[in-house]
Amino acid sequence: MEFQSCVKIINEWDIVAARQLGRNVAKELGFGTVDQARITTAISELARNIYLYAGQGRVCIEKLFENGKSGLLIVASDEGPGIPDVRKVMEDGFSTSGGLGAGLPGVKRLMDEFDLDTNVGKGTEIRATKWLR
Amino acid sequence: MRIPILKLYDCLLVSIQWELDDATALQFQEDLLHKIHETSANGVVIDITSIDFIDSFIAKVLGDVVSMSKLMGAKVVITGIQPAVAITLIELGIVLDDVLTALDLEKGLEKLQQELGD
Ligand SMILES: Nc1ncnc2c1ncn2[C@@H]1O[C@H](COP(=O)(O)OP(=O)(O)OP(=O)(O)O)[C@@H](O)[C@H]1O
Ligand SMILES: [Mg+2]
Repeated sequence: MEFQSCVKIINEWDIVAARQLGRNVAKELGFGTVDQARITTAISELARNIYLYAGQGRVCIEKLFENGKSGLLIVASDEGPGIPDVRKVMEDGFSTSGGLGAGLPGVKRLMDEFDLDTNVGKGTEIRATKWLR
Repeated sequence: MRIPILKLYDCLLVSIQWELDDATALQFQEDLLHKIHETSANGVVIDITSIDFIDSFIAKVLGDVVSMSKLMGAKVVITGIQPAVAITLIELGIVLDDVLTALDLEKGLEKLQQELGD
């Protein structure tokens, strides 16, 4: 059974909608309060990055069922400018906008799996998974 | 929606009761500074018991509120940080280093009194 649900990110309010969607799915899957907070925070970071740097894009939440394990997959994708130096943006404290620069490296720590695919001039797709233990 | 800011003697009390969107967070920052100016308050307690996550944006706003209030001569204590919030903040890599904290509103007010030397 596939489950996928998406929120288009166009304005600030969509960031709130995306994390509410993620929190609800995390609850349905049976994640505890700490993992719910991790997932909600990760979605918030990715959705805000889309809003800030790509202008628009979308965040999709998928339920995963694999070898008796269940998990939640966040897919954040946009057709924005892409990221020229991936190694740099994965360093703590690197920001092009005066932010804390905690977003991307933070999301990697909050989630179990993290995968970043980007093409300059074409866009960015980030996939991050949390498994239920 | 604006976050209400209450005055109690020479302190301001804020209890954040719902999920913060970016605009509300920034509005709150501005409102609080105006209120400090208006009331000459020298202490502020911000209770975030109802908040179940903090991302880097809200963390930055809260950290800035503390530094800006300090510039204006008011000390801020943040109370009611949930376990899940504390864990995710650290994992995100955010240290609210020179921010005063307390377990709940009551302890927050006590801490403020101590800090302000009664
Ligand atoms: N979707 C994206 N498209 C293009 N560039 C991006 C995207 N996401 C992130 N970036 C770039 O990566 C940098 C690092 O992002 P990260 O989220 O780690 O920090 P930040 O957004 O600058 O600050 P913070 O998230 O702590 O407020 C950004 O400054 C931006 O230049
Ligand atoms: Mg960011």
